[in-house]
Amino acid sequence: MADHLTDDIVVKVRGLKTAFGPHVVHDGLDMDLRRGEIQGIVGGSGTGKSVLLKAIIGLIKPVSGRIEIGGKSRSDMTDEEDRLSRRDWGVLFQDGALFSSLTVAQNVQVPLREHFHMPQDLMDDLAISKLTMAGFPLDAAAKFPSDLSGGMRKRASLARALALDPQLLFLDEPTAGLDPIGAAAFDGLVHELCKSLGLTVFLVTHDLDTLVRVCDRIAVLGDQKILINAPLEEVMAFDHPWVQEYFHGPRARAAGIKENG
Amino acid sequence: MSDFLLDNAFVKVERCENSATVHLAGDWIIDNAVAIDSLMASVKLAAGDNPMFDCSAIGALDTTGAVLIRRFSDGCEHSDGAPLVNIQARHTKLLEVISCSPPPVSTEPDQIAWYLLPLLQAGTATVGAFRSGGRLLGFLGLVLMRLMGALFDLGRVRLVPVVHQMEVIGLQSMGIVGLISFLIGAVMVNQGAIQLAKFGADIFVIDMLGIGHLRELGILLTAIIIAGRSGSAFTAQIGSMVLHEEVDAMKTLGMDPIDVLVLPRLMAITICLPLLAFYADVVGVAGGALMAWIQLDITPANFLIYFREVITIDHYWVGIIKAPFFAAVIATTGCYNGLRVQGSADDLGARTTRSVVQSIFLVIVLDALFAIFFTSVGL
Repeated sequence: MADHLTDDIVVKVRGLKTAFGPHVVHDGLDMDLRRGEIQGIVGGSGTGKSVLLKAIIGLIKPVSGRIEIGGKSRSDMTDEEDRLSRRDWGVLFQDGALFSSLTVAQNVQVPLREHFHMPQDLMDDLAISKLTMAGFPLDAAAKFPSDLSGGMRKRASLARALALDPQLLFLDEPTAGLDPIGAAAFDGLVHELCKSLGLTVFLVTHDLDTLVRVCDRIAVLGDQKILINAPLEEVMAFDHPWVQEYFHGPRARAAGIKENG
Repeated sequence: MSDFLLDNAFVKVERCENSATVHLAGDWIIDNAVAIDSLMASVKLAAGDNPMFDCSAIGALDTTGAVLIRRFSDGCEHSDGAPLVNIQARHTKLLEVISCSPPPVSTEPDQIAWYLLPLLQAGTATVGAFRSGGRLLGFLGLVLMRLMGALFDLGRVRLVPVVHQMEVIGLQSMGIVGLISFLIGAVMVNQGAIQLAKFGADIFVIDMLGIGHLRELGILLTAIIIAGRSGSAFTAQIGSMVLHEEVDAMKTLGMDPIDVLVLPRLMAITICLPLLAFYADVVGVAGGALMAWIQLDITPANFLIYFREVITIDHYWVGIIKAPFFAAVIATTGCYNGLRVQGSADDLGARTTRSVVQSIFLVIVLDALFAIFFTSVGL
């Protein structure tokens, strides 16, 4: 996997500090996200994986620190630049976060409608293409999100995240709540799509299978920082009790991680 | 011998003897999608039959661009979509992902013709009204069954939620109920006095206030305020619990949602509404007395003497007896609509609106029936 590890950094986080009142989540966190890589983020519950994701996409305002996306610092952007920069990334929220009053296809068209003035038939064509890419069964394109299963909602949400052809994709626990077969299929889909579209992916997960199968690099969050950010083999060799427990526990063996691999 | 039939930044159409080559150029990305899509018709016209698409000069390409290329190739007159040639290595994967054109499917929910829509809506509304009337009646029966059961088995009554609901429904609405009753009492005397003064009968404004406010307005206004304030809250609270599957969780834990959610609210509102109605009566009459003092120079002492003389206790009872019935209607409609929420946040909003409209409507209908009843028994 080492062949596409480049030094072209898309997202650069330096000295990030986030806090909710007196409760500090991250302190002095540094992280790089390299172009074309699928970056996994792991960590125990409450270590702030989702908070880090939300800080990078701007849903949470950090207390201090710099977040650069594509070489531009978030804090220096004007409102207009900030709005436009949102076109460059897609986000898949944990529970899909589809708009419940719109059909699936209309959900995919929302970002297109917001940023462009396209004719309806082109938007229909694009929405259907994106849904096909996300492996969504097309006969359900006119259904409402409440009529769908969890796995279908994730696929629909992935299609919406891809609607604007982002270079950067944020996935928050993409396989949570899916059955193992559905999760494996979704992992495969994410991997294939990201490699064929050349996307950079920031993937928050608990799922060891996903880490092993999909991620080029794994960052471990703990003690309010990134403990290590490296390919799987190096992370597994890293000397930290949580990391050892996580990668060498019974569930890790079940996921096919070999001891001292 | 060749020339360019169409020549711009994205597409050049080159026509040879019997076939055309469409040269694609520039950045085929989402930002240019609208411009590229608008070229489609002219390209189709210029390319004629059996064109080929030359992709060698394309700059950047994304999935939207790939979809556009597929649209162009599908759109042209060719047996099986026009072929793409000279695809650059870096674009092959992307074009493969998008290669097969998906079948046309609808992206919006099915819609019927506009001229049939009013008929459909009238029909659905009528059927819906009967159905929901029936269901509401059924729900009322179910609640009464559980209530009777709870009265014989007092351990099932959840006292803490009842008291909490009493605080929310009763205590916290005293401000708004008091204010509105006071103003209505005052306005009634103010307007009544002007009209009755024309007959020199302005003292009868006290009769009017007493009868009007105690029999009808006091309780009706209170019920409408509570329907808007607490009925909607019932629906929203219970409805969002349904959406989060909390009600299902309750059922699996052996708790009856009617016992846990409906009965405390029903009991609390049945206790509170008569009390609030009494309070509204007092404050409304006080407002009237104040206005009588200001406008007609009737001192509060004289007002009271005259009021006790002309207003019998019957008027008060006629008003207050309606309160528990209104309370039952408001609680039942609110809780029923809450429990029937399904699917989305949209439905929760629609149900909340419907709950308030239904309960106000039912309260007024019930009030009219009471008026007929009391007139016919001579009260």
